[in-house]
Amino acid sequence: MVVETATQTVKAGLAQMLKGGVIMDVVTPEHARIAAEAGACSVMALERVPSDIRATGGVARMSDPSLIRGIIDAVSIPVMAKVRIGHFVEASILEALGVDYVDESEVLTPADEAFHINKHQFAVPFVCGCRDLGEALRRIAEGAAMIRTKGEAGTGNIVEAVRHMRAVQGAIARLQQMGDEELVSYARDIGAPVELVRETREIGRLPVVNFAAGGVATPADAALMMRLGADGVFVGSGIFKSQDPARMANAIVRAVTHYQDDDVLADVSTNLPQAMSGIELSDIPEPERLAKRGW
Amino acid sequence: MGSITNHHAAGRHAAEAVNIGVLALQGDFAEHAASLRRAGAQPLEVRTIDQLQHVDGLIIPGGESTTIARLLIAYDLREPLIALGRRGLPIWGTCAGAILLAEEIITLDRPALHLMPMTIERNAFGRQIDSFEAHLEPGPFGSGDIPAVFIRAPRIRSVDDAVHVLLRLGPEHDHEPVAVQYQSILATTFHPELTADTRIHRHFVEMCQQRARPSARTNARTGEAHATLGRLG
Repeated sequence: MVVETATQTVKAGLAQMLKGGVIMDVVTPEHARIAAEAGACSVMALERVPSDIRATGGVARMSDPSLIRGIIDAVSIPVMAKVRIGHFVEASILEALGVDYVDESEVLTPADEAFHINKHQFAVPFVCGCRDLGEALRRIAEGAAMIRTKGEAGTGNIVEAVRHMRAVQGAIARLQQMGDEELVSYARDIGAPVELVRETREIGRLPVVNFAAGGVATPADAALMMRLGADGVFVGSGIFKSQDPARMANAIVRAVTHYQDDDVLADVSTNLPQAMSGIELSDIPEPERLAKRGW
Repeated sequence: MGSITNHHAAGRHAAEAVNIGVLALQGDFAEHAASLRRAGAQPLEVRTIDQLQHVDGLIIPGGESTTIARLLIAYDLREPLIALGRRGLPIWGTCAGAILLAEEIITLDRPALHLMPMTIERNAFGRQIDSFEAHLEPGPFGSGDIPAVFIRAPRIRSVDDAVHVLLRLGPEHDHEPVAVQYQSILATTFHPELTADTRIHRHFVEMCQQRARPSARTNARTGEAHATLGRLG
């Protein structure tokens, strides 16, 4: 019998298993256990949540392997970790550590201003951020097996994630009205491979799982992203920067499962602990906006 | 060879009459719903006790077993599901779903459904980089290998004598079981919903039809369905 590992089916398949779930940023094994107990379908292991990265400044890099190992040992759910855009050596290190998914992330300081990682070369699957359909399909062409919106991480402000999800979904809706002759020009305009543009038109969605990320702070934010077409939700600073992380985590998990049920959403939104305070986008100078990293 | 595939052809026209629920708490429930439609059945997403009462069968999809197990308890679905399973409601679990159905689970930190007399071990092939695709000998499912996708898959470590093994991995995995059936409970450690092959979905649709239609139930008593199951063993 032929047994094949690291196929696209297997890489994209793990993301399919995460659908309808919440992936939580954690910085300690204790956080990871709280997240798993609350029903997180996966955790993202990192040294500082995005709001702290934003506050501290400096170069943000891959986390120390001892931290990642500690989190892998603490929970049985899949563990993800972040590498800098273009930093294929950090990615090799994470693959060697046994991480289940690598996030090539704009939250960290980019290592390469010209190229993203050639993700086809890795056995471990990658998730990448996007702001629109063209960016999503470029990342998939490079081998990403899962996509997320960039949003604006560490702000607790959902506005950018909404913008990016609407951009992707709106483009797919327009694409489905296009004839073949329009398709090639459209692919050129958005800078995406025509074959992936065609596949997206045929299936009426991105060819891989698409999560929302960047600014989710409340159960209502999470349900909003699900109703806009997200397959699931990443929550970064929103849980462990709230006043009662376990309760906020439970509430967001429940909101993602029952995103269409207004009674449940009202219930989980009632008397919640204070959410993270959040930042107005206009208060962030252009050079400090993380979503601008990558292309 | 008498096969589940041929057996199904006669019942296909009735497929739309059965409502097959897909537990939609977390995981790849949309993929299962799409496979059910391709198999000619009408899927129904199940998130509440009320929705659970209106199905002729239920699929527990792939996903995170700890997450789904926790949500079954948190949303008060675990006890009703155990009761329905014991009363003969056809239930099929894939991967995480198979874990939740097992009587003994190696390293799951919360109670599950205990409906299938077998021992299963979570994530037993390793981490994601050890996930794989294989082609299985079709056994009772007609001719042509069955494509099987194993993602952070569990391994069935032992089964009770009353459990029928439907499909096995090859010699490099000691022919270990990967699809098993016990009365109206079906478990696969791989993901038929990630491939275009609908043979196992059609088999499950048929199990649900046999329960839903009184005439089919009579047939079951007179031996037709048991003959099928006999071939499975």
